[in-house]
Amino acid sequence: MKIIIVGCGKVGAALAEQLDKEGHEITVIDTKASAIQNVSNTLDVLGIVGNGASYSTQLEAGIEDADLLIAVTDSDELNLLCCLIAKKAGNCQTIARVRNPQYNSELDFIKKELGMSMIINPELETAKDIIRLTRLPSASKIDVFAKGKVELLKIQIPDGSVLDNMQIMNIPARLHCNVLVCAVERADKVFIPSGSFVLQAKDKISFVATPKNALDFFNKIGISTSTVKNVMIVGGGNIAVYLTERFIEMGIKVKIIEQLFERCEQLSERFPGALIINANASDNNVLIEEGIKDMDAFISLTNLDEENILLSLYARKNSKAKVFTKITRLTYDEIVSNMDLGIIVKPKLITADRIIQHARAMQNPKGSNVETLYKIVDGKAEALEFHVSSNSKLLDIPLYKLKLKKNLLICCIYRNNKIIIPNGQVFLKEGDSVVIVTTNTGLDDLDDILD
Amino acid sequence: MNKSIILHILGWILTVEAALMIFPCIVAALYQENSGFAFLITIGICLLAGIPLILKKPKSKLFFSREGIISVALGWLILSIMGSLPFYISGAIPSYVDALFETISGFTTTGASILSDVEALPKCMLFWRCFIIWIGGMGILLFILAIMPMTGGEGMHILRAESPGPSISKLTPRLKTTALTLYIIYFGITLLQCVLLLIGRMPLFDAITLSLSTAGTGGFAIKNSSIADYSVFNQIIIGVFMFLFGVNFNIYYLLLFRKFKLALKSEELRAYILIVISSIVLIALNIGGPAKFFSSLHDAAFQVSSIITTTGFSTVDFNSWPTFSKSILVVIMFIGACAGSTCGSIKVSRIVILFKALGKELSFLMHKRSVKILKFNGAKIEHEVLRSTNVFFVSYIFIFAISVLLVALDNFDFTSSFTAVAATLNNIGPGLEQVGPLGNFSSFSALSKFVMMFDMLAGRLEIFPVLLLFTPGTWKK
Repeated sequence: MKIIIVGCGKVGAALAEQLDKEGHEITVIDTKASAIQNVSNTLDVLGIVGNGASYSTQLEAGIEDADLLIAVTDSDELNLLCCLIAKKAGNCQTIARVRNPQYNSELDFIKKELGMSMIINPELETAKDIIRLTRLPSASKIDVFAKGKVELLKIQIPDGSVLDNMQIMNIPARLHCNVLVCAVERADKVFIPSGSFVLQAKDKISFVATPKNALDFFNKIGISTSTVKNVMIVGGGNIAVYLTERFIEMGIKVKIIEQLFERCEQLSERFPGALIINANASDNNVLIEEGIKDMDAFISLTNLDEENILLSLYARKNSKAKVFTKITRLTYDEIVSNMDLGIIVKPKLITADRIIQHARAMQNPKGSNVETLYKIVDGKAEALEFHVSSNSKLLDIPLYKLKLKKNLLICCIYRNNKIIIPNGQVFLKEGDSVVIVTTNTGLDDLDDILD
Repeated sequence: MNKSIILHILGWILTVEAALMIFPCIVAALYQENSGFAFLITIGICLLAGIPLILKKPKSKLFFSREGIISVALGWLILSIMGSLPFYISGAIPSYVDALFETISGFTTTGASILSDVEALPKCMLFWRCFIIWIGGMGILLFILAIMPMTGGEGMHILRAESPGPSISKLTPRLKTTALTLYIIYFGITLLQCVLLLIGRMPLFDAITLSLSTAGTGGFAIKNSSIADYSVFNQIIIGVFMFLFGVNFNIYYLLLFRKFKLALKSEELRAYILIVISSIVLIALNIGGPAKFFSSLHDAAFQVSSIITTTGFSTVDFNSWPTFSKSILVVIMFIGACAGSTCGSIKVSRIVILFKALGKELSFLMHKRSVKILKFNGAKIEHEVLRSTNVFFVSYIFIFAISVLLVALDNFDFTSSFTAVAATLNNIGPGLEQVGPLGNFSSFSALSKFVMMFDMLAGRLEIFPVLLLFTPGTWKK
């Protein structure tokens, strides 16, 4: 596809990088020549210096035969204008980033009236992610695929857990739990495990299970699953606002620690039910006084990554709360991911992820049989959703008889609105949707999974 | 301070008062009463003083908060002094102090009387007594704002000083239309009540005077037994309308323009209704017990409505009620009805705000760095409003305590002295014991009467204007 990206900041660059890898023709537009240079030095993309909302710039970028325009500049209004002009100048789909919370309730209207395919609010998406994760207190990450119907939960096996030194095929028998482990991260490597794979403590395992089974599984492997009732949020930005809104709806008590007095007043006006503390959270006495020990979740959302990291490290050490750390910068990724920071949320990556998912969904129906492709486990593995057609070679053969490729797993079958977690006896039927998890890229057809 | 413009406004007040006195003159003419001449004499005095003041153009148009407050305070004083003259000149009330007490009691919508036999008064005097309540209820200066050619923001200063409640809001962009709208609503509801009373077969004169007296939530009746001798239907009408006049007039405005949602959002209204209903139920249970609950409901409802709206009508001698019921009445005396109504006392909105401030303070003690914005009617309570509410409450208590001390010099029993001050400062009228529904204020000494006159004015004008009048700094250049 031909894709134009307006705005070449962190999100723009991440988008360009990912979409370039996936084989799209990318043109980036930015007013800053240096930003364009940075991108075009590392990636095979066309860079244009100019105002993305200008008709002539868009023409220059080839708007007339572009398939998609993504506007991710700093300004909401500029992004919307870019999309509006692109819609008139060419015949492409448009995606804009709009982050001003005031437009939030009007997004559907704007989207419809301006004929846009997608409007993304990074803070709102981040908040949604965090909310999803707080529901299961000890799962350290949830990936969603199959249009949100299947959840992939990721946890780290604690020391001394029964899972330590257990073969995966023994899990159902020993724990009486129907879960399917579909990816294991050990050190920097990702494995798609077979039944004989032996788990170890500190492995990060991703598994598919129904929510009820998942809770059961957590309890059995020694991870506490008490639901979240008290949340402490540090930093009262937009993410905090979206979070608090939902938490209060869910009946969860929220404490927000914010440094700016005026912001505290605004928050208090908006959320009479929340407790707003005007203090600098880097003073640990404040955290102790406000009862960090009794919190079920601790979310650090200040504007400074360093402060968030410190706060989260402190929270990990001094409370049993589930810790969330917001990291804005994408550099030093390796160092950060080795620290004990609980769950790391990266609003920029989330934005890029969502947009890329949309781009893939646009593209896929044209070519292969892949219905949807999701990047999971930090992009190190793919979950592909296939539709089982009548002429598939896999029909009516029990799964254990299939000779599958290495590092590949059938992790879930979606049949008649029901999710089936497959074991070896299950066989595929025509009309099923099947989700394959693999580290092999480039699968085009369901039959490709055979060795 | 710009004295010339204040004098100009006072001139208007005198002239308007002269015009208002035409109504009792008509009543006197209809009933062929000689005391009508007392009004004619007073009209002459008012015009002699008032017309020159109006004609003399003010030297400067400067008009700020200070001018507004002083005009209101002085205006009410002059209004009362002139309004008392007919009582004194006609000899209806022989003592001038008593006449002034009765007039201030009327204008401030208190309804505390020094008369032991009301029925002995001529009809025109009875009418004037109730008419000044009606005028005082909505405010004479608001009336003048509605008719006087004024420009600029001076009206807002006057409105702020005269309107009851912690904060005021204009209903329309133009102050003049706001004033006019309020008076139209006021007049409309009064008229409605009068018609309903006539349907209840009340004599015309009684219906008019009682409607005026209810509308201003004053409580001057034209019978010694107050409302007790009227039919149950009419008692219910009066009871309901007292309650209605205790509602913020902005709400009627919203209803008039079909903004029902906004009207229902009013936290004050909900609190007001809650207080009224719980007081009625508690008193009905207390005076009748569960067995006679429904038969005592009528008296309880009428009396609660009468006291909380600071009207002061009575259908029974609540002085003979059990102590618990009497205590409830004393408590609701200090609560009063909604801001922006014709009622006196502290007002439900202030009570609600104070309660919220208390909650905030308690949570502040637990979390000393917490920030909490208090909301009232869905909007943020500005720091200014909170502060002035606190100060208002404290000064209210101070004035109350000092007044009780001064009145105690008369050596009446404690309940009488306490409730006499409560009844006047809160603009209610009757208190308990000696000043109960069957008693009156005539036996107090002149000093006590002056203290209570001050209390009535302070209560009606919400303390600060009256206090400013007696602050030396106000008059310095």
